[in-house]
Amino acid sequence: MEVMEEKRGVIEFKDDKVFAWPTLVAKEFLAAILVTVGLLFYSYVVDAPLRELSNPGQAENPAKAPWYFLGLQEALVYFDPWFAGVVLPSIIIVGLILIPYLDINPKGNGYYSFKDRKFAVTTFVFGYVFWYVLIYIGTALRGPFWAFFWPWEKWTHDFPTPPPLHNLPLPLGIVLLGGFYTAGLILPALMKRDFFMKLGVIRYAITMGLLLTMIGTVIKMVFRLAFNVRYIIATPWINI
Amino acid sequence: MKLILDLIKKITGNEIWKSVFRHGYTDTPRNRVLQIISNVWLHLHPAKVREHGTKIRFTWCMGGITFFIFLFETITGILLMFYYVPDVNRAYADMVDLMYVVPFGRFLRNSHRWGAHAMVITVSIHMLRVFLTGSYKPPRQFNWVVGVILLVLTLLLSFTGYLLPWDQLGYWAITVGTNMARATPFLGHEGPFSYILGMKPDNDVRFALLGGTVIEAPALLRAYVWHCIAIPIIGGALMMLHFWRVRKDGGISGPL
Ligand code: HEM
Repeated sequence: MEVMEEKRGVIEFKDDKVFAWPTLVAKEFLAAILVTVGLLFYSYVVDAPLRELSNPGQAENPAKAPWYFLGLQEALVYFDPWFAGVVLPSIIIVGLILIPYLDINPKGNGYYSFKDRKFAVTTFVFGYVFWYVLIYIGTALRGPFWAFFWPWEKWTHDFPTPPPLHNLPLPLGIVLLGGFYTAGLILPALMKRDFFMKLGVIRYAITMGLLLTMIGTVIKMVFRLAFNVRYIIATPWINI
Repeated sequence: MKLILDLIKKITGNEIWKSVFRHGYTDTPRNRVLQIISNVWLHLHPAKVREHGTKIRFTWCMGGITFFIFLFETITGILLMFYYVPDVNRAYADMVDLMYVVPFGRFLRNSHRWGAHAMVITVSIHMLRVFLTGSYKPPRQFNWVVGVILLVLTLLLSFTGYLLPWDQLGYWAITVGTNMARATPFLGHEGPFSYILGMKPDNDVRFALLGGTVIEAPALLRAYVWHCIAIPIIGGALMMLHFWRVRKDGGISGPL
């Protein structure tokens, strides 16, 4: 839109600024209208679910948490509740909070760029996608007794009994887990010296600790699916 | 565009319009600034913004839409509160009434429900875009932290609402969710090392959440109070902080 030119003062400064009114405000207003129309239309067509009156004596099967927590519920297949339901989400939240303090790469501030921050973007997008993949599995592919069903399969109550699970022997488990974190911390520091130097010991250790925990979570799932391993480390006090 | 301008001229040029509005709006820089700063709602914006920050392809408008849905939920939520009583003997019946008896009740409930889901989605997309533009980098680190807390609050807001219909769906979803608390290390009675603190079903963290060992009247009341009062107030306050920081941190991020 046209604006009448005002006389500029003596100081000529470069700015790419535009007036918030009406450009920005109009867009926001339009977005608000579209969202409202969309929500109202959807609400007109699709009813919110309402099942029978709650009955503590009759469990739903499958009983599912709201969809945004189904990634965590899906993780319950692979981990004990203390990890899947409490520690893992806590690590995710703390990890998210720490991101700005761990990622000290000055490039890529305020614009889209993969090239300038390959590591950061790859890691984050992987975690983001993985979170939604788990949600999808938990929502769509898990039937009664949390048994797995492909999208084209019908949910039934008689599915083949899953193969028995076994635990790794404790010494092996400790070596594997300890070796995973030790190697994961030391090797990249040796191979990518400048990455390590740039971050400094503390930042590096936290970054890699979080990254290894994310990768480890995936690896544990693979162990379970491929080798029927229930626990990597099984002790009377805590199982991982 | 020409058509619209002509139309506007027709509407604002006739005698009736002029009798109501004594003068028009002249499009000058001064007026554009005044539109923003002399309006209590609009002055959330700076008078001028960097051009790329107004582009939908930059922000995806997702923070703004999340905030808008929050307002939408506040309004529909207040309306629902007129019809809903968080009493185990009434809650479910109130839901059925909303669906079948209250005029537009079904519409109201549906839009509140779907709005809640939409907000969870938009807030997570907003976080993705903030990450991809690297907007958490200095000087915006702290606003990212505020954002993460807002994300958690959004999830909790939705989660506490899930129990309120008191139907099988909500009841068992909240059962599954809160059962996790049992397994909290140290603090839940089934969690690792809970014996150190002497945790039992009736004194652990799950008990504190539910106000009992099972989901009963106290749990419904707690969910209601968290959902309708506590979390919206905390979340609203943090949103104010969040928006204030967007401006204090130099407006929408952009290449230097
Ligand atoms: C209830 C939830 C939230 C609301 C209502 C909200 C709202 C907003 C709005 C309106 C903006 C202005 C720019 C835009 O629209 O993109 C913004 C910017 C920002 N938000 Fe949020 N947000 C929320 C959650 C989050 C989350 C979960 C994060 C990150 C974890 C976050 C981090 C940021 C940051 C760092 C900025 C500055 C971005 C920049 O300058 O480019 N916010 N937020």
